[in-house]
This record gives sequence, structure tokens and C-alpha cells, in this order.
Amino acid sequence: MIWVDTIIQGILLGGLYALFASGLSLVFGIMRLVNLAHGDLIVMGAYLILVLVTLLGLSPFIAVFIAMPLMFALGWVLQKYLLNRTLGDDILPPLLVTFGLSIALQNALLEGFSADSQRLPTNALTTASVEAGPITLGVMPLLTFASAVLVIIGLNQLFYRTELGRAFRATSDDATTASLMGIKPANIFATATGIALVIVTIAALYLGLRANFDPNIGPARLIYAFEAVIIGGLGSLWGTLLGGIIIGVAQTVGAAINPEWQILAGHIAFLVVLLIRPRGLFPRAND
Amino acid sequence: MAYTVTTQTPASRIAAILGALAIVVLVALPFFAGRGTIQDMFFILTMLVLAQFWNLLAGYGGLVSIGQQAFVGVGAYALFGTVILWGLDPVPSILLAGVAALVIAVPTAFFAFRLNGAYFAIGTWVIAEVVRLLVAQWKTLGGGTGTSLPRDATRDMWFVEIIEETLGVRSAAARDILAYWLALILALATIGGVYWLLRTRRGLALAAVRDNTEAAKSVGVDAGRMKWIVFLTSAFGTGLAGGLIYMQKARISPDAAFSVTDWTAYVIFIVVIGGIGTVEGPIIGVLVFFALQSLLADFGSWYLMTLGVLAIVIMLVAPRGLWGLLSERTGLHLFPIRRRLTGGKLTASEE
Repeated sequence: MIWVDTIIQGILLGGLYALFASGLSLVFGIMRLVNLAHGDLIVMGAYLILVLVTLLGLSPFIAVFIAMPLMFALGWVLQKYLLNRTLGDDILPPLLVTFGLSIALQNALLEGFSADSQRLPTNALTTASVEAGPITLGVMPLLTFASAVLVIIGLNQLFYRTELGRAFRATSDDATTASLMGIKPANIFATATGIALVIVTIAALYLGLRANFDPNIGPARLIYAFEAVIIGGLGSLWGTLLGGIIIGVAQTVGAAINPEWQILAGHIAFLVVLLIRPRGLFPRAND
Repeated sequence: MAYTVTTQTPASRIAAILGALAIVVLVALPFFAGRGTIQDMFFILTMLVLAQFWNLLAGYGGLVSIGQQAFVGVGAYALFGTVILWGLDPVPSILLAGVAALVIAVPTAFFAFRLNGAYFAIGTWVIAEVVRLLVAQWKTLGGGTGTSLPRDATRDMWFVEIIEETLGVRSAAARDILAYWLALILALATIGGVYWLLRTRRGLALAAVRDNTEAAKSVGVDAGRMKWIVFLTSAFGTGLAGGLIYMQKARISPDAAFSVTDWTAYVIFIVVIGGIGTVEGPIIGVLVFFALQSLLADFGSWYLMTLGVLAIVIMLVAPRGLWGLLSERTGLHLFPIRRRLTGGKLTASEE
């Protein structure tokens, strides 16, 4: 029974990783940009929620709704005025600019909030659990997983049911032709990054509620998100969820065997998938 | 009059003479400089070696790696392993450090080459993390907390006694001087080696792959093989540097030896600021980096923030870095690799 419990905890943890990864997957899918500062933006989101909670005395679940439009605006500006300038055939500028951004952001957070670990205030809800037969499930992990599923459903709806989604797909396929049809790729890219940062804010909420965070944990979040994206196959959002689940299960199973193996087991699972299916489990046509 | 192909320019000839003078001064430095200067120079030279190899990888090979700390760490741990477990002298162990990094680089490349562009970058980072976590499990070398080189191993190191006697310094200072000379040899060999490689047929192939992979393939360049050569060469060199750096530090821990900030972020900033894809760039970059560090090191995280912002600005405003700006304005090349035709007459009217 303990194993079933471990695996279910792993699946639920996978929801958190899928939340980390969805923003990365969205941005890559539309503009082939890998944002190396993604993990640090998640941590920044968690600090933003913390500041709102402390200053306004709000519940984190309310604060996140104030943080979302702020992060959307940040993403929009970041993409429009900085990252758009790096896009092109050469892969060096986007990589090096986002890497510089990652280091700058990490140290700005370190300067502003010190290296002490922080945590969003928890209440009865965050520590509650439900009995499902012989297994006890935390409400928080369940909520995280449900949010991940909702985010992915929402993104799929956005992509395939709305005008904006059509613009996203058109720009992703061929930005030049899309611009002939009256679409401004620069604004589409900015909107996409804005939406990615809204998802980042949701991920940040659960990151901050479930565990301690400090300014240095960003890169590790980026790596988990990246692994989930690659395992799932580039561009497939449901694949990303499955990738998150695989990393999550590998980590909890690894930790059950030996606590020191938790992170290592997740990485090994990633390498095994890379060995067997180099293009991930659900690869999209050609990238 | 016959045509000749040259790569030298007047500026490069002057640079070669000045370079030779600089080498003489650098070799003789321990005879007149204090221990602090020697340690600073050791830092500059080892960072320069790391920067040259990352530049070879990213600037010429188009392989942006964020996992170079894997090779620094493996090299460093290989050195500690051979000294502590096999009782070998640290100086020859440096070579084994390079070999160990080379051995690790083969599976790393096997995995990482399955990923393209940006995904290659994060892939190398993941592998570096895996290696760090595995090394942290190695209990005989201190596990997660690390270990030190045994005192008698560092005291009886090759050449230390001769340096002590000749220069009349204490044992600790003599070790620093030895490390400095080794770093100087490594840096000169690296710059010379990279420059030589770029001027050979392989270098030409490399430049072709960098500029346009498809076009290079169509004229018969084996792009895949070039990637392997570049990746393995730079892993070997990075491993040597890692072994040497930790021979000088004499104290190791997985978090320090596999630090992404120290061994990859700094190195990337050095190359980007100096000018990516040139031999001169990392040299300028490491000097700027050292100057910034001396000025701003007391400000802790402000310093890294400045470096990050500077890298962003340079990448947007002058993607070829400081050296790129200078060489665009003046046409100066200290390490020219472009082949130029000279002599002869363009009007071929001999008849």
C-alpha cells in the first residue's frame, strides 16, 4: 500500500512540475524561444505574492489574482522590448540574454529579500487532507494537480477555439505570412509571454504554499520544467503534463528508496526517456 | 610574380612580438611580484583557459553549453581521487583530470547531441547536475561535504622544493607559484592550440559549420564529427583547468566544484563581454571581468547583477563584444585566421 501511496503522491507532484513547464512549453511552441530565466520568474512570482500578502494582509489565493495581471504586464514588456530583439536565426542572443536575465533576477531577489527561506502563509485548507479509501491525500497537492489540468485545458481551448489562438498558431507556423494577414508577430509574442507569466504566477502560488523558497531555487525549477517538456515532446501540452508526472513519480519513488536519491531519480528518468525516445513521448511534427 | 596565401597582417606581427615580450614578463613574474599578485594572475589565467574552451564550443562549434561545470568538477574530483586513493603526486594527476573529463564527455555528448540549440544548453546542465549528485554520493571523497588534499601530498609536490630554494619563499607561496606557472603553460598551450586548430583544415571546416551547417555539409564537411571533436577537446581542456584550480585550492566540495555560477556563468560573461567567436575576445573579457570583480566584489549580489545586465546589453548592442567593436572600427586582428591572397597582379595580361 505504501507504494501505491508513493506513486499517487508522485503523480500529484507531477501537477506542480507541469505548471512549471506549461509556460515554457507555450513560449517555445510559439516563438522557439527557450527562456532560461523561467525558473527565476517563478521564484519572482512567489515573492510578488508574498509581498502582496504581507502588505495588504490578503490570503495568498486572493493575492494571486492581483499578481496575475502584474506578471502579465511584466511578461508583455519583457518580450516586446527585450526578448523580441533577440529572436532570429542565431541561437546565441536569446540564450545568452535570458541567461543574463536569470543571473540578474536571481541576484536582484537576493538583494531585495536576502537568502532566507520564505513561505506563503498557510491556513487550515493548505494542511487539510481527504481520505480516499486506505490512502490519505493532501488537499494542497490535489488542488495543484487540478490547477495544472485546468491550465492545460484552458490553453488548449485558447489555442484551438479563439481568434488569439489562431493568431498564435499562424505566427508559430510562419511569422512572415501571418504578418501579411494583419497579425503583428511582435505583439503576438508579447501576449504569449504575458500568458506564460500568468501561468508562472499560478505555479508560484503552489510553489510558495507547498514548500520553502529562496532566491536560489529558480534554476532547479527551470530544469524540472525543461525535463517535463522534453519527456512529453516539444509542443504537446498534455505530453508536458505526462512528463511532469513521470518526473514526479520518479522523484517520490527515488526518495522512498533513499532520501538522497530524490532529485537524482528524476534526472535519471529524464535521461532514460531521452535515450529511448529522443523526441519525447508525443512529438509534434518537425521542430 | 606569384600569388601567395597569407594569414599574417602587420598588426599580427607586432602583436606576436608584444605577445612574446608579455610571455617573458609573465614567466618571470614570480621573481618580482608578491603572493597576492600571483594568486590573482592564477585566477585570471585559469578563467581564461575555461573561457577559451567555452568560446571554442559556443563561438566556433555553435554548441552553447551550460554544463561546463561538469568537466571542472570531474577533473577536480579525479585529481583528488588519484592523490588520495592512489597516492599519486598532484602535478601529474592534472593530466588524469583532463582524461577523466574526456571520459565523462563521451556519454554526455551522446545524450546532449540528441537535443538541439537551447535544449542542448539545458541538457548539458541536467547532466552536470546528475554528475554532481552522483559525486556527492562518493563517501570516500567526503560525500556532500567534500574533503581536502592530504597535507603530505601538497607539501611533497613535484617542483615545490626547487621553487622554495631558488626563490627563497615558504612552502605555501612556492605552491602558489607552481600553480601559477602551470596555469601559464596551460593558458599559452590553450591559446596556441585553439589558434592552431582554427588555422588548419579542421578549423576551416569548423568555421564553415558555424556559418552554415547545411552549406558546409554540401561541400563535404562532416558536421557531426566536428561537433564531437570540439566537444571532446573542450571537455579535456576544461578538465585540466578544473584539476589545476582545485590543486591550488587543495579543498573540494561538490557544490563548489560543480558550481554553475563560478565555472559556467562567469565564463559565459567573460566570452560575451570580450567578444564571442574570436581568440582575442576571451583575453579582453577576462581582463574586464577581473577589473569589475576587483571594483565590485564587496557589493556581493550587486556585482553579479551588474554582470548579468552588462551581458544583456552587450548581446543586444554589440553582439560581437568589446573586441568585435574594436576590430570592426580598426580592422585589427591579433590572431588572424582569414586567408588572404597577396602578390601577383590582377590584370593577367602576360602574353
